[in-house]
Amino acid sequence: MILLFNYLIFPGFLFSAFIGLMAAWVDRKITARIQWRVGPPWYQNFIDLIKLLGKETIVPQGSKITFLLAPFLGLLSLILVATILGVTIRSPLESFMGDLIVILYLLIIPAISIIIGASSSRNPLASIGASREIKLVLAYELPFILSVVTVIIKSAGTIQIGSIINHQINFGANIASWSGVIAFIVAILCMQAKLGFVPFDAAEAEQEIMAGTLIEYSGLPLAVFKLTKAILLYTMPLLLIGLFWAKDLSPFVLMGKYIALLVIIILMKNTNPRLRIDQVVRFFWGPVTLLGIIAVGLALLGK
Amino acid sequence: MMNLKLKALTKSLWVFHAACSPCNNCDIEILDVLTPRHDVERFGIILVGSIRHADVLLVTGVPNYKTKERLKRIYSQAPQPCLVVAVGNCACGRIMFKDSYNSPCAVDEVVPVSAYIPGCPPKPEAIIAGVVKLITKVRGKK
Repeated sequence: MILLFNYLIFPGFLFSAFIGLMAAWVDRKITARIQWRVGPPWYQNFIDLIKLLGKETIVPQGSKITFLLAPFLGLLSLILVATILGVTIRSPLESFMGDLIVILYLLIIPAISIIIGASSSRNPLASIGASREIKLVLAYELPFILSVVTVIIKSAGTIQIGSIINHQINFGANIASWSGVIAFIVAILCMQAKLGFVPFDAAEAEQEIMAGTLIEYSGLPLAVFKLTKAILLYTMPLLLIGLFWAKDLSPFVLMGKYIALLVIIILMKNTNPRLRIDQVVRFFWGPVTLLGIIAVGLALLGK
Repeated sequence: MMNLKLKALTKSLWVFHAACSPCNNCDIEILDVLTPRHDVERFGIILVGSIRHADVLLVTGVPNYKTKERLKRIYSQAPQPCLVVAVGNCACGRIMFKDSYNSPCAVDEVVPVSAYIPGCPPKPEAIIAGVVKLITKVRGKK
């Protein structure tokens, strides 16, 4: 019963969806202010979702069941991540052994669900988007895991988020060291790519391949994908705070840290042009992976 | 329930822009509506890349033999409810291309048009006024 409550309401679905949609609104509003516009009202994303629920759902020829179920696969696994993270941050002792590994795997599933959905729609532009999404996942996973390995080394080899947080509460935040700072920068870049925001949004380039992976989606499945994106915007910064910046996790401090990360994401989104997919792969496998390796080395030296 | 759906629809119109061989002046004015001066994202109106996401099909120009078929197909691909707005004199009623050899029909003979915004090209203010009239029409109907 408590599990179900956790999953569906408090740190899980309803709460993370609400925070995520509000964060998506903050994103739209700040983007508008940077472009000297007024921007939408705060309830805009909720209205968009309600509207999409009322629209007709068109299913293209092709694999119908996969096409319709793919968005839910991504949403359900992402809610699980939000629940595990939320419960862990609320009380670090409630986490279980190895939940960091579980979260790393579950966080790839939304990208995989986008790939499955796009390729089952039989649209050529969607398949271009899917192939770009695959390359993007291959590109950012390596440095992201390197930065997580840095955190594991710093926290005395534990792979449990609860004890990583406890370690930081006792011995100072991971970000307060050279290896921690470098790994944090790497993780922020990977987070931007995971969210599919502007320097790394080649997979759904709206002007270029017409929303790419989402091109054939309409109505309810599109709403589910938008919701997944919004919840990812809540989950990823929270994960980074838990891994790197968890010295003080009282609600107001946590909120401040979350907003700081959100502002970094939005500013990065608004001040960069879109990279081509080969540039993205070269960027992540070149300089960013090098930074990750340096971070791991420094962590092994105890810096 | 129906009311909520309709209200949500009018508060977040996603626009797909179909250019049926226009002279591009109307398209420039449509882009002007999205710029800081007029900023229709205030009302939830954004341009989308795919017709599957769209609530409004914006048509500019006079359809010719080729774009007529494309327009018909695009409209059939749109998820219902989908409103059609004809922007510019050409799309409203073919004006001087009425007897042209390559102009088989007007826009409203191909797809059902919900709102006409005349002008050559219409001012951004006129486009916004047309959208407001469209919204009141949609809300008043149900």
